[in-house]
Amino acid sequence: MNPNILIVAEHDGRTLSVATAKCVACATTVTDAAVTVVICAADATDLAQQAATLAGVGTVLTVEHPVHAHPLAAAIAAQIAALAAPYTHVFGPSSTFGKDLMPRIAALLKTVQVSDIMAVESATRFRRPIYAGNAVLTVEVLDGAQVVGTVRTASFQPVAGGGSAHIEAAAPVVEPPHHTRFVSVSAARSDRPDLQSAARVVSGGRALGSAENFQLLYGLADTLGAAVGASRAAVDAGYAPNELQVGQTGKIIAPELYLAIGISGAIQHLTGIKDARTIVAINKDPDAPIFEVADFGLVGDLFEIVPQLQKLLG
Amino acid sequence: MKRILVGIKRVVDYNVRIRVKPDGSGVLTDGVKMSVNPFDEIALEEALRIKERGAADEVVVVTVGPADCQPQLRTCLAMGADRALHVQTDTPLEPLATAGVLRTLIEREQPFLVLLGKQAIDDDNGQTGQMLAALWDRPQATFASKIELTEGKAQVTREVDAGLETLEVDLPAVVTVDLRLNEPRYVKLPDIMKAKKKPLDTLTLESLGITPRAQLKTLRYEPPAQRSKGVRVNDAAELLAALKHKGLL
Repeated sequence: MNPNILIVAEHDGRTLSVATAKCVACATTVTDAAVTVVICAADATDLAQQAATLAGVGTVLTVEHPVHAHPLAAAIAAQIAALAAPYTHVFGPSSTFGKDLMPRIAALLKTVQVSDIMAVESATRFRRPIYAGNAVLTVEVLDGAQVVGTVRTASFQPVAGGGSAHIEAAAPVVEPPHHTRFVSVSAARSDRPDLQSAARVVSGGRALGSAENFQLLYGLADTLGAAVGASRAAVDAGYAPNELQVGQTGKIIAPELYLAIGISGAIQHLTGIKDARTIVAINKDPDAPIFEVADFGLVGDLFEIVPQLQKLLG
Repeated sequence: MKRILVGIKRVVDYNVRIRVKPDGSGVLTDGVKMSVNPFDEIALEEALRIKERGAADEVVVVTVGPADCQPQLRTCLAMGADRALHVQTDTPLEPLATAGVLRTLIEREQPFLVLLGKQAIDDDNGQTGQMLAALWDRPQATFASKIELTEGKAQVTREVDAGLETLEVDLPAVVTVDLRLNEPRYVKLPDIMKAKKKPLDTLTLESLGITPRAQLKTLRYEPPAQRSKGVRVNDAAELLAALKHKGLL
């Protein structure tokens, strides 16, 4: 049987997340795979059109139910489990959306999950990082088990557009459980690029010293057209909101250019940036571990260097 | 009895530098410091605070693993857990099997809340809590940074990629915790002495009627690709010149 892969789309109700195009990229590295994207939404019309253009997608399934106005894992998992029988693999992104959802799907299907797939060696063999990226495992799924996987999005480039997949409504539409209710989301909407997909990221650490000082980085980021990130230390200290955290337990990113400013470079942070094309470190401690991985290192006081950079760029 | 069940895992300590064995069969763990998974410690701390507020009567900590997990369970008892359950097995279980064990223990313990770390820092799977919620057919709230309990319900604030999301779930439920939920207490010496007298029950998979099935085989461990060390630049102007030269600006 050829691989038949179902991808659970991530979206915000209007726009498909780029993570979905990266999951498709991962799925298309499985030899001879047929790829279906399923969209659970309150209104899936526009989202289905977007998914249908992703290169390599054969079919787009839509599931419309008011409960899917917000991504509740319990509701989506029940729906996906009801649709999953024909598929050999069910993939989702390794974002908080997918990390929340996919294990619930795997358990409903009584099958195994491979987390953070960074490479596909065959339909049953995958590579994934463990120990905050300090080791890479190659794992084999046994006995023809259905494979649920989360795709480490930093390891894949999104597929191109130009496709024209067939769109159909999925059946059955499952009545969701009523035990879980969405209350609110406090998303700091900004005009800046999205941290997870930005080509450039300016990131700050504990050395910024305060939330006020952290604002310095926003100025530089805007000059560069960059997203802003932060180390765990900076988020813990309250200098930056949690959604900016980069690292093992935050976001794993792969920008073209990453500027680590006042970040010492704990292993848990480095695992979040190791796929960046170019890393720049600015730190006053010449022995900071960040310099071990930086392509360009500048030892000095960030409070002098950042304004200088901005002046030279402006 | 209002009971909270907390799942913990013994892992290589957060501060240990992990190295892959030269033959690719695993990572070096001989003589390495072992600890309670930091996320699980936060889960336990939260359970203890809920009990201290009077919203729970008993905190039970459970782990699934080999005999040498007992020091970590004793640490949890010293932190303040009332009793510990050790499901002893030398076979490493996959998350689905661990979730199955916890599901069985829930039948016996009848907790109104199950707390776990959002992931273990060794295998970084991040699956057990969600799988347990599915097997139990109960709500899940993952990556919690705030938990508020009201009659029969919990409001949980979650750290998600977009920011902070709040869910309301009916109890009982599974909540997996994130870093900023709380800061775990330090264990004091008298508590370590007291913990030696607290009940620690050892169970076997057979006694729970569980035969774990492996669905995943690890073929090899490799060290990650290393980034080559770069160059030092002397000032802001030199840095920008270097980035322009590389076509990055």
